[in-house]
Amino acid sequence: MNFRLKIWRQKNASSKGSFKTYTVQDISPDASFLEMLDVLNTDVVKKGEEPVAFDHDCREGICGSCGLVVNGRAHGPKKGVATCELRMRDFAEDETITVEPWRAKPFPILKDLIVDRTAFDRIMSAGGFVSVKTGGTPDANALPVAKANAEEAMDAAACIGCGACVAACKNGSAMLFVSAKVSHLALLPQGAAERKERVLNMVAQMDKEGFGACSNTYACEAECPKKISVTHIARLNREFIRAKVV
Amino acid sequence: MTLDAKIPSGPIEKKWDTHRFNMKLVNPANKRKYTLVVVGTGLAGASAAASLADLGYNVIALSYHESPRRAHSIAAQGGINAPKNYPNDGDSVYRLFYDTVKGGDYRAREANVYRLAQVSSNIIDQCVAQGVPFAREYGGLLDNRSFGGAQVSRTFYARGQTGQQLLLGAYSAMARQMGTGQIKFFPRREMLDLVVVEGQARGVIARNLVTGELEEYVGNAVLLCTGGYGNTFYLSTMAKASNATAAWRAYKRGALFGNPCFTQIHPTCIPRGGEYQSKLTLMSESLRNDGRIWVPKKQGDKRKPGDIPESERDYYLERLYPSFGNLVPRDVASRRAKEMCDKGHGVGVTGQAVYLDFADAINRNGKAWIEEKYGNLFDIYHEITAEDPYKVPMRIYPAVHYTMGGLWVDYNLMSTIPGLFVLGEANFSDHGANRLGASALMQGLADGYFVIPYTIGDYLASTKFKPVSTDASEFKAVKDEVRGRITKMMSANGTKTADEFHKELGNVMWEFVGMGRNKEGLTKALSAIPKIREEFWSNLKLVGAENDLNAELERAGRVADFLELGELMAQDALHREESCGGHFREEHQTEEGEAKRDDEKFAYVAAWEYTGDGKAPKLNKEPLDFEYVKPSQRSYK
Repeated sequence: MNFRLKIWRQKNASSKGSFKTYTVQDISPDASFLEMLDVLNTDVVKKGEEPVAFDHDCREGICGSCGLVVNGRAHGPKKGVATCELRMRDFAEDETITVEPWRAKPFPILKDLIVDRTAFDRIMSAGGFVSVKTGGTPDANALPVAKANAEEAMDAAACIGCGACVAACKNGSAMLFVSAKVSHLALLPQGAAERKERVLNMVAQMDKEGFGACSNTYACEAECPKKISVTHIARLNREFIRAKVV
Repeated sequence: MTLDAKIPSGPIEKKWDTHRFNMKLVNPANKRKYTLVVVGTGLAGASAAASLADLGYNVIALSYHESPRRAHSIAAQGGINAPKNYPNDGDSVYRLFYDTVKGGDYRAREANVYRLAQVSSNIIDQCVAQGVPFAREYGGLLDNRSFGGAQVSRTFYARGQTGQQLLLGAYSAMARQMGTGQIKFFPRREMLDLVVVEGQARGVIARNLVTGELEEYVGNAVLLCTGGYGNTFYLSTMAKASNATAAWRAYKRGALFGNPCFTQIHPTCIPRGGEYQSKLTLMSESLRNDGRIWVPKKQGDKRKPGDIPESERDYYLERLYPSFGNLVPRDVASRRAKEMCDKGHGVGVTGQAVYLDFADAINRNGKAWIEEKYGNLFDIYHEITAEDPYKVPMRIYPAVHYTMGGLWVDYNLMSTIPGLFVLGEANFSDHGANRLGASALMQGLADGYFVIPYTIGDYLASTKFKPVSTDASEFKAVKDEVRGRITKMMSANGTKTADEFHKELGNVMWEFVGMGRNKEGLTKALSAIPKIREEFWSNLKLVGAENDLNAELERAGRVADFLELGELMAQDALHREESCGGHFREEHQTEEGEAKRDDEKFAYVAAWEYTGDGKAPKLNKEPLDFEYVKPSQRSYK
């Protein structure tokens, strides 16, 4: 298959970027999107030009490293997959494909398609944990958890922290990411002791990082590669109000 | 060099307890005087960093990722073992110990394995307390399943994302300490060399992958938690960035490399496609609990799987191993798949695949049941192959997955360089010649949560440290060497990319140092690898700048080290004139095609010592004594 690519190139955080057009030829329909970019980069390097910088690692949709806006959509046209799981058969022959980085103020561009998502780490450090030290924990079966709660907690915990929710949101809101962690721990008895502080501190850090507010467009859920539900945002809001008033 | 594994005396079930009592302690007020440099923040590194910070040590943690949550531990699917015996099916610490020593084909250290089995139950408690959402029964208690090579159900799991959930647990513990400042985390930093001062590991030189700057990190000890070297083969189930550089640099500074040829080829991966392929994707072996592996009885049978009647199918694992069936250990399952394909029974376009069929399980328990257990794995398969495994059998083939070999460590997880500790997949110690399913997560977390917090205290309390700062001449000297290597690569000005060299190396490794090895092939590999290496240094094409974010440069540095390590792997494989576990020398097999060990000559750890570039490495041997689990021919019939 052949494609025309319009790719965002930007030297670093302080420089101005622009689109550059490339063509790639003889791509296998079974190749992944990132493998197509590998082919492009080999060509580019052979010509003595700088390859397109993009984040990637596991290439099986779980590490959350890759994150490209493909044809205007976070992680591309397919639902429920990360960029690395896109296959070229998902695109049309001779299609012009636009590739951009996540665009959100709290995710500054480091180079080309690579952004800095350490804001998520700082939100996690504000409260995305249960304060247990290593050792001295009770037997794992000492505290039963209703299967339905465990399953729902797992649904939320499946978040890969890629930032697609932020990139998809017109407000650059991180509510789906934050709610996934708050919800995961709110559904489990282990998270109960710090329920109040957790939600307040994580939300405060989220605001401090400059993420926008949620205006219920559900774009985050639509683009989430792990199909995390916006019902977790509802739980985040309940937890927040509860922490403020109870 | 004489290798002292420092195994405590006494009966095996008392060794760890006795040792814990005998080890020196660092008093709580003194812990803040020590700084520990943790390199790599996957399961082993994150759990170690968090636990050491909990104790009050200052921790510096480096990762080449932007966040600890991106480490490749995240991709582990199946589960984690612990002999809790919740299912009441006869499990015990001793049985897990026994299974692991036997599964490793009697090439692991008994004392280490016993300790691993002992602490593994604590890991489950720890993770549950952190909020890891393991699978549960309707009554609210934890569910277990049986997993590759075990006859008891001792595997805890979180759907097909157990590694993700355990890593996120360890990462959350780390995040908490990053918040308190007890852990200083430096993202996008790649360790490029180890700094040894007066015989002690005192720090590392790392490259800031955003600015390209070389930075010094100094501490009282260094912990390498940098994972395995499966990417030496180019194609593997490892993540793209997984590399051997940190371990290899430590080797070249004096740490011994244990059993480099012990690599695990995982039986259930999605088969490779074309030249463009950049990695292979694992399908968790938990699938073997409910899927049945088969090939057509007729060679070269090109019919669709659904058109091949039951009587013309060979469920070869069930036929060859009636008691373990599809659940035989990984090395056995992989080898048999290769054998079937070599004999012309392979399926798919390339003939390099076998079927993993769920039709019986779906008929028996329904699609919904399969979906709950394996839904995400079926989705991954569907995405990659465009085939629906609910309707047609999966096609699978073995792929490089894990490396049992690694830096040699003693019982305290310390390498032959004082102050250099090695944890998780990066060390060699617990899996022998073959790792059983669901035990990599167990070992990574055991090392980080429950071993290193004790053993490092003993080292710190019994060692005198001279004050060292990053201005020390040793740091400057190593930094200059690192810069020299980078400059040399940048100035080669050739025509081939790092990836092209890597693929060439990978082809040689897979062909001659892969699933079946023989003297002729290994000799070929040993002449081919140095040639690729030579060309690499003279014909490498790099672009971009040294002092900038430069993925090509990162890759080239890693490939340079794979090109040296690959040779050592082939040397080790050639010297080990026996078959054991994942190391299958075709010259040494039983009449039934099973691995044939030579315990008389090879019941030892091969620990290789660097003696200089272009010089043959020196072989040191740590004899292995099997006091409890007597070596026998492994039988899964």
